[in-house]
Amino acid sequence: MLLFVEQFLNGLQFGLLLFLLAAGLTLVFGIMDLVNLAHGSLYMLGAYFAATFTTLTGHFIGGVVLALMATLVVGMAVEVIAMRRLYGRDHLDHVLGTFGLILFFNELVRLVWGPAGMNLTLPAWLNTSVELLPGVHYSMYRLSIIIVALAVAAVLYLVVMRTRIGMLVRAGASNREMIGALGINIKLLFTFVFGAGAALAGLAGLMQAAILTAQIGMGENILILAFVVIIIGGIGSIRGAFIASIFVGLVDTVGRAFLPDILKLFLSSSAAATAAPAISSMLIYLVMAVVLIVRPEGLFPAASK
Amino acid sequence: MTQALTLRNLVAFGTLAVLALVPLYSHATGNFFMMTLFTRIVILAMAAVSLNLIMGFGGMVSFGHAAYLGIGGYVVGILAHEGVGSGFVQWPLALVVSALFALVIGALSLRTRGVYFIMITLAFAQMIYYVGVSLDRYGADDGLTIYKRSDFAGLLNLSNRTVFYYVCVALLFATIYLVWRLVNSRFGMVIQGARSNERRMRAIGVPTYRYRLTCFVIAGTICGLAGVLLANQADFVSPAMMHWTRSGDLIVMAVLGGMGSVIGPVIGAVALLVLEEALSGITEYWQIILGPMLLGIVLYARGGIEGLLQGGRHD
Repeated sequence: MLLFVEQFLNGLQFGLLLFLLAAGLTLVFGIMDLVNLAHGSLYMLGAYFAATFTTLTGHFIGGVVLALMATLVVGMAVEVIAMRRLYGRDHLDHVLGTFGLILFFNELVRLVWGPAGMNLTLPAWLNTSVELLPGVHYSMYRLSIIIVALAVAAVLYLVVMRTRIGMLVRAGASNREMIGALGINIKLLFTFVFGAGAALAGLAGLMQAAILTAQIGMGENILILAFVVIIIGGIGSIRGAFIASIFVGLVDTVGRAFLPDILKLFLSSSAAATAAPAISSMLIYLVMAVVLIVRPEGLFPAASK
Repeated sequence: MTQALTLRNLVAFGTLAVLALVPLYSHATGNFFMMTLFTRIVILAMAAVSLNLIMGFGGMVSFGHAAYLGIGGYVVGILAHEGVGSGFVQWPLALVVSALFALVIGALSLRTRGVYFIMITLAFAQMIYYVGVSLDRYGADDGLTIYKRSDFAGLLNLSNRTVFYYVCVALLFATIYLVWRLVNSRFGMVIQGARSNERRMRAIGVPTYRYRLTCFVIAGTICGLAGVLLANQADFVSPAMMHWTRSGDLIVMAVLGGMGSVIGPVIGAVALLVLEEALSGITEYWQIILGPMLLGIVLYARGGIEGLLQGGRHD
């Protein structure tokens, strides 16, 4: 029971992290129709910025805020320099171009920070555990990730559903030519959305960096999971991304935690230990394939195109 | 189809000629590293040509094409591990298994369109990747060493690198010829018609689904053969062969070279891998140059290297 609660919370935490990454990706994909493989690089940059700035300032929250601003700036710069010219192009051009950006950012990080990973050190007040229920202890840091991510999700929901900018974003997701024709400065809107998505990815990256480490290439694997999330959820749909990311996070984590024991009933223990993580990772893609076969546009398609 | 002596044709045939002449250079200079490098290039070019059959001509963008490299490779690796060393068993079986996988994956994936097709092919490739990772008996994540290359009795000795190189080149040329014939046949016309306007093709009475599926299976089988070669070349198979970034590499090769022709992906493969090798000789941080270069090609040279040679994009 205790293990189950802990693993469930870990799954929720991982899912919410995925949501932060997927939210930006789904907006960029939905509104600008841009396949951005380099989104994972912004995730990585967020982690490295945070590790650097917290060390430099000696202050955790201050360093994190600086890191988020830096990622936002990098994101907007990338949009203005490169992405802006890619809108309206073929998806394959996006794949090639953003693949080039991944190479560039990975190597840039190696050049600036060196090939070894970097640790993001937590302050003492985060590096403890709390007693959630009598006898159930849980890491304070993971709990704060859940809280921060839920808060961001709520703010994002309010901004997208209740403000003028959000209205423009939604309008852009369903028909971008039309809002351009209605006199909206669509270029500026795109830069803003891209930058915000970058900052969200950076936030996810820096939060993950304290659990694992900031590493080169850390963005690539989670990027594919984020793509799975936005496909299951339906491209351009924040709500779909939210539900799908929590689902994917739970399947991944809970599968990893409990499959070894289940598999041991059938396999030798070493075989079970190798197969279990692979099977739980596979499960996610299986879910996506089934979703696409049954509903070829995802669960919550944002717009009828 | 006119065969004028244009710059584009010159580069295409020049590339093929260079590929055929590499062993002569290696034997003359003793630089056998060059031949090892080009063996890899030739094999990956073959995979890229097969991908371009469905992607460039059929409009089916598969983001999981490297899965067939892995399937072909693993059939060879597993058979060798279990003591079946004969190429007469390994190779046909690898092709059949690749074709069967492509048939199932294609049959399910072709129900979707556009980005969703990209993602569902990725999903299947990832599943196969994780199957590779979970194969405890066959090395799991660490991969499987192949101690003996496929044995063709007295017919061919694949352990001789020159023989092996020419086997790869011969198969690449055969692939190019096959794809070229396919593309220019009635079958190819239907495939290209279905890319530009599937509804219209169906309206004139062509069962496009069956044609597209057949095309998908052919491409998967050819790529499986490339996987067989890759496993023999490296004497090793591992899940990394089918990692999604490898599928991305194949797409990059095709787009870089130019998707409009059969030879384009070969030029792309040669350009990308030679560039990687050359840049890594200049600086340890060579990707910092290659990355923006790729971006630049996308932004300023539509239609890849082929488009550049023709001085414009042909649509």
